[in-house]
This record gives sequence, structure tokens and C-alpha cells, in this order.
Amino acid sequence: MVARVQTWWTILKICLEERLVYRGDFALGTLMRFLPIVTQIFLWTAVFASAAGNTIEGYTSETIIAYYLLTMLGRAFSSMPGLASGIAKQVREGEIKKFLIQPIDLLGYLLLARIAHKLVYYTVAAGPFALVFYLCGDYFPPFPGMQVFTAFIISLLLGFALGFFLEASMGLVAFWFLEVTSLLFVYMLFNFFCSGHMFPLDFLPEPYFTLVNFLPLKYLAYYPAAIYLGKVPPEELWQGLLIETGWVVFFIILSRYLMNAGYNRYSGFGG
Amino acid sequence: MHPSYLGVFLTFARNSLIRDMTFRTNFLIEVVSSMSWMIMNLGFYTLVYQFTPDIEGWGKYEFFVFIATTMFVNSLVQAFFMPNAQELSELVRTGGLDFALLKPIDTQFLVSLRRVNWSSLGNFFVALVLLVYALPRIENFQLFWWQILLYPFYVLMGVLILYSIMITLAATSIWLGRNQSLYDFWFYITNFSRYPMEIYRGSYGEPLRNAFTFVIPILVVINVPAKILAKPFNSQGGGMAADWRFLALFTLFATAASLIFSRWIFKKALGSYRSASS
Repeated sequence: MVARVQTWWTILKICLEERLVYRGDFALGTLMRFLPIVTQIFLWTAVFASAAGNTIEGYTSETIIAYYLLTMLGRAFSSMPGLASGIAKQVREGEIKKFLIQPIDLLGYLLLARIAHKLVYYTVAAGPFALVFYLCGDYFPPFPGMQVFTAFIISLLLGFALGFFLEASMGLVAFWFLEVTSLLFVYMLFNFFCSGHMFPLDFLPEPYFTLVNFLPLKYLAYYPAAIYLGKVPPEELWQGLLIETGWVVFFIILSRYLMNAGYNRYSGFGG
Repeated sequence: MHPSYLGVFLTFARNSLIRDMTFRTNFLIEVVSSMSWMIMNLGFYTLVYQFTPDIEGWGKYEFFVFIATTMFVNSLVQAFFMPNAQELSELVRTGGLDFALLKPIDTQFLVSLRRVNWSSLGNFFVALVLLVYALPRIENFQLFWWQILLYPFYVLMGVLILYSIMITLAATSIWLGRNQSLYDFWFYITNFSRYPMEIYRGSYGEPLRNAFTFVIPILVVINVPAKILAKPFNSQGGGMAADWRFLALFTLFATAASLIFSRWIFKKALGSYRSASS
């Protein structure tokens, strides 16, 4: 057991150091990622200026900006750049063999690498994020209270787990199809639209809203922001998080199953 | 003796088409996926226009014309220049640029037009359909002969401006050895051009609009042709700088200036190219 923890710790440490090599590029990249927010602010200000009322589906011209900023935070937890395509590439190029030989679990290793990646990301991105959130402080409603804030943090962490296992499952499909780029693209499009990254899901007319509400994608961006902005009634708060946990468990099991089934199918040639 | 530039370009285009047609399914998937991206975008704005009659004077169908213009310009840039600019930074890194320099043809021409990404032209046709759908639905719409002449012309000017910015960015990879965040940068810069310029107002908006009109002229790329077609007469707000007649004149100047500037940067960058030993 101790040896095992030590192995994991070493892997985590190596991944951390590897990540820190490009910290300058990282920080600049993060700051640039806020640029689209600038156009969003102008666009929504223009929309609200000519809209019939002061609010659209419960959003004011301020909270909508807060919404976009919060989804960026949510995405900082739930988005997994390169995870699925990385797994697919390893399968295609046969690099996956090393996980069959070495006493390391593929998903466990990837999870640690991802945690290291995210930890570095948060330390480097904290500056740019703090700056932008400070500058945009006026767009935010007053602090929602400890209970909601706790739920918000939990939803961010669950979002990370959900994002990881969902995308890992997508990548593992490569055992069957080898080339999954187009599948991933479709997923990305779908995700952008249905996770609430593009606009608050409340804007969707029925029956689409109910439909999207049943999908796990909303937990990746919409849900944390909705919690913070008080869009989720307090009595539904913990129930919602419970459903999210259910989805996380589902995708943990699915990714495990896909990995093992994939290993059984896999045949590696050459070296 | 000079090579026939048109002939060389047609050969490039044909070779690319042959190459694209070798992997037909992949080609189809690429077409469909870039189309679905635009359709989602349309869905988003349809949603937005449920809550508001107009955005800074742009009604729903006028805005659809704006989106169609975005698609025309972007599909042309992506088809003809994007894959090449992308490859330039790779050519620099691997030293493959040596071969381009040896060819008895203008280097900028060669590296800019070597590949044509035919699948990107799928969106060109979607844009045509969208235009045909949206134009007659604009209130009090009238089409004049000069609009039909000026619109394609200014779409072309827009493509040339974007090309200049792109090749300038790509040329910096000669100095930097490799330019990874080139495309992020490209995306974030052009992101500003995808909205009507009237939305940039207020104490932050005005300077931003001026900078992206007169310093880096990306706002005129889509705004000018879209205005010519969708709202040739009503130019309320924004004063002189939003009047398309003034902007259209300025765009001619901006296009020429960007092309000359990018040519100059490209030559300068080539001058300091040190081949990677291969």
C-alpha cells in the first residue's frame, strides 16, 4: 500500500515538474482566453439595450456577464484538452502497450497527470483569473452565502471528475474505431452548445430546456454558474449534486469497462 | 523567364482536390462538421433574437446577412490560406523552407497558396443559401446593381486583409523558430471582427473600435460588405466612422496598406531565416 502511494506520488511530482516548464506561455494563454469575454460584454450590452424588458429569462445585463465568467471558471475545472485525443493517439500508435506491461493503471495514471496539469494551471491562472474577476466585480451579485458557496465549490470539483471520466470514455472508444477525431469534434460542438458554455441554458425554449436538463453535459459549465447565481432553488441544490455524483459514478464504471474490454480487443503489432 | 503564376496555382488547386478526393469520407465529415458549427451559431442568434428585435440597429435578417458574410470571408480564408500559413511555421521548424526558397517562383506566392483546403468551401455554399433566405426577408429590401458589384468586391478585400494579418503572424514564426500560440492569437483577434462594429461603444468600446478599424483593420473585413448589402442607407449612430461610404473608401486604403505591410514583413523575416540543419 505504502509503495503504491509512493508510486502515485512520484508520478504526480514528475507531471507537475513537466507542466511547470511552460509556465510563461501558460499565463499568457490564460489571459488571452478572456479576450472573447470582452466581445461578449459588448454584445450582451447591445442586446439588453434594445430588449423589451430589463431581464431575459431572469438574467440582467450584469448577471449574464457574471454567468459567462463563472462558466469560464467551471470550464477551467471540467475541460480536458487533449485527453480523449491523447488516448486515441496512444491506441493508434501502439504506445498503449506500455500500460499493459507496466504495473500502472492507465486511467489512474491519466487522472494523476490531469490533476497535476490542473494544479499547475490553477496556480498560474489564479493571477489572470483574479485580475479579470476583480475588474468585473461589478457584474457579480452579492456573495450568495456559505451554503450556496460550498455547493458551488463541490459542483466545480464534481465537474472536474465528470469531465475527466466522460472524456476518457470518449477516447477509449478508439479501441473500436481507431480514428475518433470526427467523433470528438461532434462531441465538442454538442458540448459547447449543451453545456451552457455558449449561452445560459435557461434561454432555451421548451422542450429543449427539459431535454438538455437531463443530459450530463450541463454540469460541465452551466450548473456551477447557475448555483452561484442562485438559479437553483435551495431545496434542489443537494439533489442536483447527488444526480451529478450519479453521473460521475456512471462514467467511472463506463470508462473502466471500456478500458478492460478494449484491452481484450487490442492487438499490438511491431514495436 | 517567369513562370505562369495562374498555371502553377491551378496545378496546386488540382493536386489538392485529388488529395482531398482520395479520402472522400474524411472530406465529407470535414464539410459537415464545419457546417454544423455555423448552424449552431445561427441557432444561437435565432435564440438571441427571440428576446430582442435588433442589436444596435441590426435586425434579425440583416444580422443573418452579416453572418453569411462572415461565412463567405472565413471559408475563403480557410480554404486558400489557412492550411498554408499553418504549414509555414512547420516548414521553418523543420528546415523545409529551403526547398521553397530554391524554387524559381516568388516565395510568398508559393508558401501562401500551395494547398487548397477544398472542404472549407462547403461553408461558402451554406452562406449562399443563407443569403438567399435572409435577403428578401429584410424589411423594405431593395437590391441595386451597385450592391451586387460592390458586395463580392468588398468580400474579396476582407479576405485580402485577413490574409495579410495571417501571413504577418505566420512570418513571425521565422523569427521565433516556432509559433505555437499563433492560431490562438489568430482566433482571438478575428473574434472581434465577427460582430457588428456598432456594439463597441462607450468609453472602452470607442477606442477598441478605432484600434480595430484604423490600426489593425479587422472590423472593416465583414462590416463593410455586410453593410453594403444589408443596410446600404441607414447608418445611425457612430457618426462618420460608422458610415459605410467612408468605411468603404478607407477599406481600399487599408487593404493596400495591409498587403504592402505584410509583404514587407515577410521579406524581412525571410532575410533572417536560418535553415534548420536537415
